[in-house]
Amino acid sequence: MALLEINAASKGYGPKWNRTEVLHDINLSIGKGEFVAIVGFSGSGKTTLMNLLSGLALPDRGTVTSNGVPVKGPSSERALVFQNYSLLPWLTVSENIALAVDQIFPQWDRARRRAHVERYIEMVNLTPAREKRPRELSGGMRQRVAVARALAMDPQVLLCDEPLSALDALTRATLQDEITRIRREDEKTIVLITNDPDEAILLADRVIPLTAGPRATLGTSIPVTIPRPRDRKTLADEPEFLRIRQELVETLLASKRQQQATVERKFVLPDIMPEDLSRRRPVLPWFGKRGPIRRSEIQSVEVEAK
Amino acid sequence: MDFIKRYKLDSLLLPLVGLVAFLLLWLVIAGKETVTKSVDDFGDPVVVKSRAGISKDLPTPRETWEASRPYVVNPFAKRGEMDQGILSFTGLSLKLVMEGYLIALIAGAPLGFCLGLSKTFTKAVDPIIQVLRPVSPLAWFPLGLVLFSSLKIGGGNGATVFGPSDAAALFTIAICAMWPTVMNTAVGVRAVPQDYLNVARVLKLSRTKTLFKVLLPSTLPYMFTGFRLSLGIAWLVIVAVEMLTGRPGVGGFLWQAYNAAQYGQIILCILTIGCVGLLLDRAMSGIEGRFKTA
Repeated sequence: MALLEINAASKGYGPKWNRTEVLHDINLSIGKGEFVAIVGFSGSGKTTLMNLLSGLALPDRGTVTSNGVPVKGPSSERALVFQNYSLLPWLTVSENIALAVDQIFPQWDRARRRAHVERYIEMVNLTPAREKRPRELSGGMRQRVAVARALAMDPQVLLCDEPLSALDALTRATLQDEITRIRREDEKTIVLITNDPDEAILLADRVIPLTAGPRATLGTSIPVTIPRPRDRKTLADEPEFLRIRQELVETLLASKRQQQATVERKFVLPDIMPEDLSRRRPVLPWFGKRGPIRRSEIQSVEVEAK
Repeated sequence: MDFIKRYKLDSLLLPLVGLVAFLLLWLVIAGKETVTKSVDDFGDPVVVKSRAGISKDLPTPRETWEASRPYVVNPFAKRGEMDQGILSFTGLSLKLVMEGYLIALIAGAPLGFCLGLSKTFTKAVDPIIQVLRPVSPLAWFPLGLVLFSSLKIGGGNGATVFGPSDAAALFTIAICAMWPTVMNTAVGVRAVPQDYLNVARVLKLSRTKTLFKVLLPSTLPYMFTGFRLSLGIAWLVIVAVEMLTGRPGVGGFLWQAYNAAQYGQIILCILTIGCVGLLLDRAMSGIEGRFKTA
């Protein structure tokens, strides 16, 4: 049985009479221990998909099940790493993680909870910064705290919503290595959402394209058979990597071409009526009806969206 | 000029220039007292005091200083029931302000939270708030007297310790000072980033825990801005309230000085009120700044 499963799920936003469907007919099945990467354009509904998986949002149609049980809300079984870290700025690194640990494991005694927090701070190499507040940390360090907080919840699945997209290339590379290492040590199931095909292929067992929105849907999943450990330097020369990358990018671009939507633009046509000299000059200039009169006509024209 | 720039004297000199200009303007407006002594037809000495100037009764800076010197030199000396020294009066006023201000905070912060959390509540209550907010303290005070007209807490010997006018004073200060706290708290709660709320949801924090661990810390900087503005208003209101009640305090003293034609003391009171207000504001913004960084 799949650990996390989405069946024919759709999700839209807006009122009933003017609803834009963001995700359409999503089918996804994630097995235990798998590392799945979902690659998509920005704005294609990646975060919405993540919200469905985590339970922050519920699908309009279709089902999301975790271990066969329908997902009704967020749960500690599915920890979420947010795109913008979402650390509480008034708490230190250890307090941020302790907030999660205290909430998830209230039955443990204080010493055990503390040890648990320490273990995960150490796992992301942040022990020297444990008493610092988020604003004193760099972006990469903040994201590590967020990862540590998620892992400390001891979840079955780690959901990462573009965790590295806000970081510079060098920090990104370090954190990619770190994610690989943590996965090896912790044997977690991971779902990674990203906009970087290289990152997806480097890290995941399976990459799935998310087509361009609106009405985005998942393409066919491509298994990554490149043996681990994968080396970033030699990866680019590997024919397998190039083939998968080609396929992935091709699917995404094809979906983008199909989605050439038209958008209604409104144009204002200025139109000034000349002054009517047959009328009497008004006493107060701005109250008179003599003119000139401005009429502005608004016209809607359909334009192709870029 | 280099000298001024090097030691940054302009920040010292320019306020001095402003002060001198202000005093000159005061001197121009103030009337000068002339005393003419003469002997009348019966041989008795006659002293005629006359004042002249743009404003005939406004004392000059020198006269003001002479009138207020005893209060400055000995600010706590008690010279009678309505003349207990300017700083003792200020202390009494501050005590009243603090009581009213505390009531304002205790009532205002939760109201602000409710406004920030619930759109329905905001839609229902906001019109009333918008109407009540600009009402002057002078208008609230009589209503307070009516509201608490039957309130009487005796002191044992038949004297009333806490009567309708005390209650009305607190009521007026509280209701006038409440609005900045209410508004800023509401804005602060609305400004809590959705990310923090998502964190609370993913961690499955209970409602009370979300309130105290996420909402409250996130709103605190906004709340303290509201607290500071509220304190400023409370200090504004106190003078009006004391004038109306005639209770001992810096505002009551001011009104009494006017009635006794001691115009120099009025200016002393105004300066005292201004300085205390400034100190309160500085203190609050110090506290506020400390919370901003969090």
